[in-house]
Amino acid sequence: MKLDPQRKSIAESVTEQTANQSDVLSASDQTSYMAMAWRRLRRDRTAMFGAALVIIIVVSALLAPLLSPHDPVEQFRDGLTPDGQPVPGTLFTGSDLNFPLGTDANGRDLLSRILYGARISLLVGVLANLLAVAIGTLMGSVAAYFGGWLETILMRFTDMMMAFPTLLLAMTLVAILKPSVWIIILVIGAVYWTWIARVIYGQVLALRDREFVIATRALGAGRLFTLFHHILPQLFPTIIVWGTLGIATNVMLEASLSYLGIGVQPPTPSWGGMIQQGQSFYRAAPWLVIFPGLAIMLTVFAFNLFGDGLRDALDPSQRGRN
Amino acid sequence: MLTLLARRLFQAIPVLFGISVITFVLIYYLPADPARMYAGPSATVATVTRIRHELGLDLPLWEQYGRYMQRVLSGDLGFSYRKQVPVIDLLLSRIPYTLALIFGGIFVELLIGLPVGLASAVARGQWTDRIGMFIALIGVSAPPFWLGLLLLYWLGYLIPIFPLGGTGSFMHLVLPSLTAGLGGAAWYARMMRSSTLDILSADYIRTARAKGLRNILVILRHVLPNALNPIITMAGLDIPWFIGGVVLVERVFDWPGVGRLAVEAIETVDVPLILGTVIFTALVVVLSGIVIDLVQGFADPRIRHDMQ
Repeated sequence: MKLDPQRKSIAESVTEQTANQSDVLSASDQTSYMAMAWRRLRRDRTAMFGAALVIIIVVSALLAPLLSPHDPVEQFRDGLTPDGQPVPGTLFTGSDLNFPLGTDANGRDLLSRILYGARISLLVGVLANLLAVAIGTLMGSVAAYFGGWLETILMRFTDMMMAFPTLLLAMTLVAILKPSVWIIILVIGAVYWTWIARVIYGQVLALRDREFVIATRALGAGRLFTLFHHILPQLFPTIIVWGTLGIATNVMLEASLSYLGIGVQPPTPSWGGMIQQGQSFYRAAPWLVIFPGLAIMLTVFAFNLFGDGLRDALDPSQRGRN
Repeated sequence: MLTLLARRLFQAIPVLFGISVITFVLIYYLPADPARMYAGPSATVATVTRIRHELGLDLPLWEQYGRYMQRVLSGDLGFSYRKQVPVIDLLLSRIPYTLALIFGGIFVELLIGLPVGLASAVARGQWTDRIGMFIALIGVSAPPFWLGLLLLYWLGYLIPIFPLGGTGSFMHLVLPSLTAGLGGAAWYARMMRSSTLDILSADYIRTARAKGLRNILVILRHVLPNALNPIITMAGLDIPWFIGGVVLVERVFDWPGVGRLAVEAIETVDVPLILGTVIFTALVVVLSGIVIDLVQGFADPRIRHDMQ
C-alpha cells in the first residue's frame, strides 16, 4: 500500500538535513530563517498551487451546509429512476441542476455527501496527525536524549510496531474499540507515530552532544528543560513538514478503513465508505465510485504538493530533488 | 553471510513474540464474545458458558496466551471457530494467491517505477521530467482501491480485455497486480529520481565522462547500479505498507487471499483465525526485511564489509 510514500523520502532528506545544518540556530537566526523560508515558499508556484487547493478544500468542508444543494442523508423520491437505479449527474448534460453529480443507490445527493465527507476526512486527517506527531516527537526525542535502557525499550517497541502491517493493526484496533470518528482518530494516531518517532530520534541523536546543549546543561538547566526549550525548537522545520505531509497519509488511511467497512459508519458520509457502497453499482453508476475517489485524490494531492513545497522551502539544499 | 542471516533471524524472534502478545491482548479485550459467535445467535446461555469453558476462554489472559503459544510452537495454529477447519489449512489454501499478488505488484512497481525515475533524473528539468513527476505525484495520491475499480470499469467492463474478477489464469492476475503496483511504481519513480540525481553529481561519474565513455554506458554501468542501493533500503520500509495495500486490492477484486481472510476473521471475531493471519503477515514482513538486508549486502560491497 502506498499510503506513506513521501514520509520515507523525508526520513532520508531529514538525515541529510541534520548533517547539512552546520550551525545550530539561535533565536534571532531562527526568525530570519523562517522569514527566508517563507519567501522561498511564496516564490514556489507548485507549492502555492497546493496551498490554494488545500484552502479550497478546507473552505468547502467548513461551508458544507451552505454549499450543499441538499441534506446529505435525505433520501429523495426523485433521487432514483422509476426502476430504482441511481440518477446520473446533470452537471454535464445540463438539463437540470437538482443533483449535479447524480445520486447514490439510496437516492441521496452525491455532491452534498462529498462536501460533507470532506469534513470527516479533514477532521480525521488533521487530528490523527497531530496525535501522531505528538506521540512520535515525544517517543523519539526522549529515547534519543535520555539513552540507556529507556532508549532500548522505546526504540525496540517502535521497531516492533513498524513490523506490524499498518492497515491490519488499525483494523484490529477499530474492531475492538467499535468504529466512531473519535476512535478512528485515536487508532490512526496510534499506528502512524512510528515513522515520526524514527525521524525525530535521528535528529535528536545528532543534536544531543552539540556544544549548545552541553553549555545549557553546564549552566545548570535540567535535562527535561534542555530537551523541551533547547533541542525541540530546533526540530520545528521537521515537525511542520510532517504535520502537513502526514495529513495526506492519514486522509488515505481513513478512506481505506472506511472502504473496508470498519471506518466511519453510515449514514455519516465518508469518501471511503461512499466508494464501498458504490462498488456494487460500478458498472451501472460509475459516478458513485469516480467522484468520491477524485475527492480523496485531490485532497491527498493538495497536501502532498504543499508539504513538498514546505520541505523545499525549509531546507533549500533538497530543492528539486524529491 | 551465514552468521548475518542467523543473527537477523535471531533478532526477529522478539519482534514476532511481541506482535503475538500485542495481538493476543487486543483480542482479549474485544467487546464481542467469541464464545457467543462460536455458538451462534440461538444458543442458550448454558451452551455459551460450556463452549467458553471448552475453548479455554474463561481462563486468565496469561494462561490462555501460554496455552496458545505452546500449541503454536508445536506447529498448531488452532481451529477456526467459524469454519471449523484448522487455521493452518485455511492459511495454506490462501497463501499462493496472496504471494502471486505480492510478486505481481512488486513486478509492476519496479518495471514502471525504476525506468521512469531514471529517465526523469537524466532529463532533469525538461518536460519529460516534469510530466513524469507530475504523474508520479498523482499516482501516490490516488487511493489504490479506487484505481482498482477504475481499471475494472475501463479495462474489464467498457473494453472487456480482462476478466471482472475471479482467479485461474494469468489474465486474472493482471488488473489486481496493476492495482497493487501502480501507487508503488509512482513512489519508486520519485525515489529513483532523487537517488539518481545524487549519483549523477558524484566525482566518479565526471571521471567516467572525462575518459570519453558514451553517455548510455555511463548511465547503465556507473549510475544505475549505484542509484539502486538506496532503493533496496527503501523497499524494506515499503513492505508493511505494501502488505496492507494487498488487503485493499483483495477486497476490490474479491481475490481469495490472506487479506480477505483477515478481514473476514476480524468481522466474525474468529479469534484463532485473527491470530493466525496477523502472525502470518508479520512473519512475511519480518522475513522480507531480512531478505532485503541480504540483497543489500550482495548489491553493495561497502555494506557487506560492515556486516562482517
